[in-house]
Amino acid sequence: MKEFFNALADPSRFFLIFTVAVFAMLKWREFFTAPKVALTIFFGAVVFFVWAIRDPGFKANITKPDNIPIIFMLFLVGFFSWLSLYRAVKNDRRIDRGELPEEAVENPKKVLTWPDLVYSEFLCMLIGTAVLLIWALLLKAPLEEPANPNKTPNPSKAPWYFLGLQEMLVYFDPWLAGVILPGLIVNGLMAIPYVDTNPKGNGYYTFKERPFAITSFFFGFIVLWVSMIILMTFLRGPNQAFFGPFEPWNLHKVEPTVNIQFSQIFWEQWLGTSRPTGWFLRELPGIALVVGYLAITPMLLAKTVCKKMVAQMGNPRYLTMMIMFLIMVAMPIKMVLRWTFNLQFIVNIQELFLNI
Amino acid sequence: MAEENPQSPSSGGPPKPPAPTPAATPAAATPAAAAPAAATAAKPAAKKDDARIAPPQKTYVPRPGLMDQIKDSQIWRSVFRHGYPNTVRNRSLAVLSNVFLHLHPVNVRTSGLRLSFTWCMGGLTFFLFLVEVITGVLLMFYYRPTGEYAYRDIIAMAEHVPMGIMREIHRWSAHAMVITVWLHMFRVFMTGSYKPPREFNWNIGVILLVLTLLLSFTGYLLPWDQLAIWAITVGSNMARATPIAGYEGPLSSLISIDDVNLVHSGDDMRFALLGGRFVGEATLLRFYVLHCIFIPLVATILMAVHFWRIRKDGGISGPL
Ligand code: HEM
Repeated sequence: MKEFFNALADPSRFFLIFTVAVFAMLKWREFFTAPKVALTIFFGAVVFFVWAIRDPGFKANITKPDNIPIIFMLFLVGFFSWLSLYRAVKNDRRIDRGELPEEAVENPKKVLTWPDLVYSEFLCMLIGTAVLLIWALLLKAPLEEPANPNKTPNPSKAPWYFLGLQEMLVYFDPWLAGVILPGLIVNGLMAIPYVDTNPKGNGYYTFKERPFAITSFFFGFIVLWVSMIILMTFLRGPNQAFFGPFEPWNLHKVEPTVNIQFSQIFWEQWLGTSRPTGWFLRELPGIALVVGYLAITPMLLAKTVCKKMVAQMGNPRYLTMMIMFLIMVAMPIKMVLRWTFNLQFIVNIQELFLNI
Repeated sequence: MAEENPQSPSSGGPPKPPAPTPAATPAAATPAAAAPAAATAAKPAAKKDDARIAPPQKTYVPRPGLMDQIKDSQIWRSVFRHGYPNTVRNRSLAVLSNVFLHLHPVNVRTSGLRLSFTWCMGGLTFFLFLVEVITGVLLMFYYRPTGEYAYRDIIAMAEHVPMGIMREIHRWSAHAMVITVWLHMFRVFMTGSYKPPREFNWNIGVILLVLTLLLSFTGYLLPWDQLAIWAITVGSNMARATPIAGYEGPLSSLISIDDVNLVHSGDDMRFALLGGRFVGEATLLRFYVLHCIFIPLVATILMAVHFWRIRKDGGISGPL
């Protein structure tokens, strides 16, 4: 049984299962948000944790003081995904029947801030205070040995909320994973209100009226951000090697890395010649691939599948959205290439520290 | 009588027994003194020739209770400008005349009030921020950001300070705040609340999200233990790969005069962040100042803007 979970948690399988699960949840949301099904999944997760925590390695990893919040977060993200989809499904059914969404029915009614709103705020504050006090009394804040610049712990990890980015370091060079990518995430988030021109679904839960927006957000937030945090926190140990949830952290495990560059594949495997010596010619195919992906794909899509979208949004919006979207999708593409072909870099200009 | 008092609140509350004269007010705070005060209050009303003020009272007038007397005192009335909030008017005034509550409109939409709509995540984030401010100030009393003292002060906080769980509350609230900000953003996305007219407020929110993460990140270094410096080392190592401005970043080697690279480990992006080539005492001081002063200040200002914009954008979103 534990072997089975260990094998399941291998990065590629874990990612695949997680992605499929999220898409399945969105596709068959009517089924998954039914309270009975949701409760079953919830209890399934609880049973898994209760069973798994008896494993000493699993327990040690999960109950590290700074990892406890991640467990909270997982359950909360699960709960709120359910809640928002549940309300969306309910509203979609109403809209299908030609009724107004629930919020619109309630909307004309107004209540006084005092006491209604003040009450619920006060209640939230009380519950928040109670939770914090109990948490603080039960769990001591971690403190390790004094700082020692000469002794690097293995593994060294960033604070947990940045671990998604650290996981990206496995697939991308630091300048991309650590600088460009976070910058693009922030910019992408900021761009959302300006590129999403769909006027529907403003102020109420719905899925059907904005399927593309919600699916993209779930993909970005849950698949790429939350699942990568799980992977890096719980499934990577010393030397950033992968460890199953029930696999003891062995200090000497080093993952054999076979790194292949795209230039090798192109010149040596496909053309059967040796690679050119100058970096420009050598990397030209890779550069062409990247530029093509980011520049030509949007144009092709604009002329074909996304014709209506372009007409509706206008060019600047369409381009911004498309490039952000393509970069987001580039994450899983690069990950899959890594797992299947051991591909390290598509463009590999060591001379300029420019690796993509 | 009460009507003649210039300081009396124009309350629409329940009819009150006659107020004590202003002269008797200070004494009225203690129950023992309450009886004579009530007596003086009743006397002028009994005068026969002054029927305009009140008719002669034969029926029993209950003595004003302690709470009523406190509420009629000048002190109370100087603070609260309205009667008990049990009428629409007084409830509106309760919100309008209170600097903290006037963040809210007087009326809110039922749909936006529901916990299953907002999840109270923005509110909880703000609450956690306040908890961080209060516990943070308490921690600052005991903590000195130097290589010599930082770690020892953290230990002393747990061992020598009575009820020393402030550090725990501070740390767990910080983690919780990161989670609630994410969930708040998730909710705002799922209700489509970033759509016009709320685009700008969504952007303020994104900056607040970044600031929250930075607050947490800078605070992570302060305990000055192994966990702290290595997490910050891993996190800040990225900065050396900044394109052009990091010494291991792409294209930075192009910025050179002959053979001399202008971008090196002693002047690049990472150096600017850490105040050195590695995470050291200069970094500790830098992060301390950012953590305790600069980022909270900016975040506070932006939160004010965020809340103000919620009102200006028409309150919590709802279908039109
Ligand atoms: C320190 C961080 C933040 C605080 C304290 C905060 C606080 C709040 C509060 C109290 C509300 C009222 C409604 C509610 O509770 O949901 C609100 C609404 C809103 N927040 Fe935030 N927020 C923060 C971060 C963010 C972030 C990260 C975003 C988005 C990226 C965001 C976007 C919005 C928007 C668009 C609204 C209006 C929602 C509506 O009208 O339905 N905020 N915020």
